Amino acid sequence: MKKEPMKQEPIKQEPMSNITANIGWSREQMAQRCAQDINDGSYVNLGIGIPEKVAQYVPAGREVIYHTENGLLGMGTEPSADELDPDLINAGKKPVTAIPGAAYFHHGDSFSMIRGKHIDVCVLGAMQVSKQGDLANWSTGAADAIPAVGGAMDLVAGVKTIYIITQHTTKTGVAKILPKCSFPLTGKGVVNRIYSDLCVMDVTDKGLALIELAPNVSFDYVQERTAVTLINSLS
Amino acid sequence: MIDKRVTSCAAAVVDIQDGDTVMIGGFGEAGSPIELIHALIDHGAKNLTVVNNNTGSGRVGLAALIENGQVAKMICSYPRTANSLVFPELYRSGKIELELVPQGTLAERIRAGGAGIPAFFTPTSVGTPLAKDKESRTFDGEDYVMERAIKADFALIKAKQADRYGNLTFNKTARNFAPIMAMAATNTLVQTNKMVELGYIDPENVVTPGIFVNQVIEITNPQQESKLVKEGVVYP
Repeated sequence: MKKEPMKQEPIKQEPMSNITANIGWSREQMAQRCAQDINDGSYVNLGIGIPEKVAQYVPAGREVIYHTENGLLGMGTEPSADELDPDLINAGKKPVTAIPGAAYFHHGDSFSMIRGKHIDVCVLGAMQVSKQGDLANWSTGAADAIPAVGGAMDLVAGVKTIYIITQHTTKTGVAKILPKCSFPLTGKGVVNRIYSDLCVMDVTDKGLALIELAPNVSFDYVQERTAVTLINSLS
Repeated sequence: MIDKRVTSCAAAVVDIQDGDTVMIGGFGEAGSPIELIHALIDHGAKNLTVVNNNTGSGRVGLAALIENGQVAKMICSYPRTANSLVFPELYRSGKIELELVPQGTLAERIRAGGAGIPAFFTPTSVGTPLAKDKESRTFDGEDYVMERAIKADFALIKAKQADRYGNLTFNKTARNFAPIMAMAATNTLVQTNKMVELGYIDPENVVTPGIFVNQVIEITNPQQESKLVKEGVVYP
C-alpha cells in the first residue's frame, strides 16, 4: 500500500463505562484512529455503522470528498429539520446534505466510480476477516436468513484501499480474525488494514502484521485473542 | 406530432401483461414511483418479475404490489430494510423467488441491457457464492465473472421534470436507477412532479433524453412512502 507519511494526532480518551472490555479503544476511538489514515484530497466511501463515524474525526485541514453509492459525491452532514429532503439520502437510507461542489449521478455512473478504481478509500465493518485479507460481512450463511448484499461486493472489488473497523472478537469472545473465513465471502484478498478495539493490523504478503496497539494493550494480549499468528511489527 | 403525455396512471400501465418483467426505479423511497405502482396493483397483472434495489417498505408501493401476490420473482441487491414486512415472510414460505445481485452488478446489468451489450465481465463477486456457476475469465492476470444483461418489458420511474418529448430531469439522489432503467425497458412509463414546455429544460441539463421514454404522467404532489408507512397505510 502506498501511503503518504501521516502525522499522528492524539486520540481523545473517553470514559470506557459503556463498553464490555475494560481496555482498548471504544467504537468512537476506532473511528477516530481510522480517520488519521484518511489523506487530504481523497475520495472516500464509508460503510454503514461505525465506519460512518470516521467522517467526524478526519483531522482539520484535510479536504475529503465522501461518495455514497446511491448517487452523490460530496455528501455533507446530517440535515437540519428544514433542510430535510426524502430525495436526498445516503446508502443507509438516512437523510443527508450535499456540500457546495457536490454532484448527483445515476447508479451506472456511481458504480463505475467504484469498480473503475476511482474511489481511494472505503471503510467497512466485518463479521470475519482472514489473514489473507478475505472479508465476510454480508451473510452468516444461515439457512433462514434473507440474503442481502447491497454494494459491499462492488466496493471491495473496486476501491483502491479497503479499511476494516471491527471488534477484535465477537461479544462472546469468538475470534473474528481467522486463518480462513467460515462465512460466505464478500471478497477475496481485498482488505488492506484492520482497526480493532485492540490494535491496528496490516494485511501483508507474509501475513497479518500488528503495527499499533491501543493504550494499555500488549502484543500477547492481542495474540491470545487472534486465531492466526501475528507478525509483531513493533518489536 | 410527438406527445408522450397521458392523463391517468391507469392509462399508463394498461398494457402490462401477466408474466412481464417490470423495472421499478427507486432506492428505498427516494425515486419510487408510488402512484404508478399503485396503478399497477389496480391493474392486476400477475406473475411479474420485478427489478428494484429493494423490496419495498411497510404495506404500500412495491411492498403492496408484492403483498398483493403479483410478483413471482424479485431481482434485487438488498431485500431487507427496517420496515420490510411483506417480502421476508413470503420468501421464507417459498412463495416468492429471489435473485440476489450485487448492487453495482445490478446497475451494470441494467445499463448493458439498455446499451445493446448482452453480457460483460466484472471483478465484483469473484471468489464469493454469488459467482457460483458463472463463467469466469482472466484478463491481464485478474479474475472476472460473466454477468448477463437485464432487459424489461416495462420500467416505472419517477422524474422531477418532463416535457412532451419525454426529456427528464431528476431530484437529487432520487435519480438512482431511473436513467438506466429507462434505457433497458421496451416501454418506459414516467411519473413526473412537473410537466414543462419543450425547451424549458436546457438541452445541456437533460438527464434522460426522451428517446428512452414512452409515456409521461404528471403527479404534482406524489405521496411520500415513509409518511404512509408511519401512518400504517395499507394499499389498496
